[in-house]
Amino acid sequence: MHDFSPLAALFGGSLIGLAAAIFLFAHGRICGISGLVGGLLRRNTDVPWVRAAFLGGLLAGGLVLGFAAPALFDTSWTPSVTLAIPAGLLVGFGTQLGNGCTSGHGVCGISRLSVRSLVATGVFMVAGFVTVFLARHTFGGGP
Amino acid sequence: MKSLALSFGAGGLFAIGLGVSGMTKPAKVTGFLDLFGAWDASLAFVMVGAIAIYFVAHRLILRRSRPLFDTRFHLPTRKDLDARLLIGAAIFGVGWGLGGYCPGPGLVSAATGALPALAFVISMAVGMKLEHALSRRLAREREARGGLAGDTLGSPR
Repeated sequence: MHDFSPLAALFGGSLIGLAAAIFLFAHGRICGISGLVGGLLRRNTDVPWVRAAFLGGLLAGGLVLGFAAPALFDTSWTPSVTLAIPAGLLVGFGTQLGNGCTSGHGVCGISRLSVRSLVATGVFMVAGFVTVFLARHTFGGGP
Repeated sequence: MKSLALSFGAGGLFAIGLGVSGMTKPAKVTGFLDLFGAWDASLAFVMVGAIAIYFVAHRLILRRSRPLFDTRFHLPTRKDLDARLLIGAAIFGVGWGLGGYCPGPGLVSAATGALPALAFVISMAVGMKLEHALSRRLAREREARGGLAGDTLGSPR
């Protein structure tokens, strides 16, 4: 099952913060995954190669972790493909409309004390709480 | 080339951070979002760790006149709260709660070949393209009406 793991979370989180800081130091931009991906899906985006290199590193990291530490992915629950598809559509659409996700708003924006990011993070957290509540405790089953 | 190598390295480090912190486990994410069930508070510590580092680093880095590989910093300056931001964040939150993946962990997990994560990432790209198309259309319609205010959904980013 998924147990409380504050130290691993704190350590992993600090690596995320460090990676985002390196990106800011090197390229002067917010390290927001949905923004970096969304930009690559537009015509005439700025710094496409910087975006592609970061996302390439992210995917390479996932590939290496998949072999070196498969337990990081092995879980008691993963969404079915039929659930992952609407989830992906909503995440893709919502992050573009709201200009950010957990990394851009949740980490970088809150650190910058951006009002927009503080509010966005509050809204997507509450929406997540409500969604899981409805899925688990109202309709039964679910995640 | 150096600039792309550093970007690639930052992406790799970001992936390791997501994996170590538990963000690549959808069960852990939904466990965190299950406030009224067996709540697993771990992910709050991911935020604390990431923000603690970035909060300080951001301030130190912005003392420089420019980033290493660019002529200036490109940071958001908007402070207004509009319907796009609120509705977008809410839609994202619903999708996050349904699948347990946000964009970063979805991509990292898809790289392992896991089928649900691959389906998530592909449909996420489709969702992004849909939003881009809708925004372009709303912006065009607004322009056709003479750019009158009142349609916050079509406002430029």
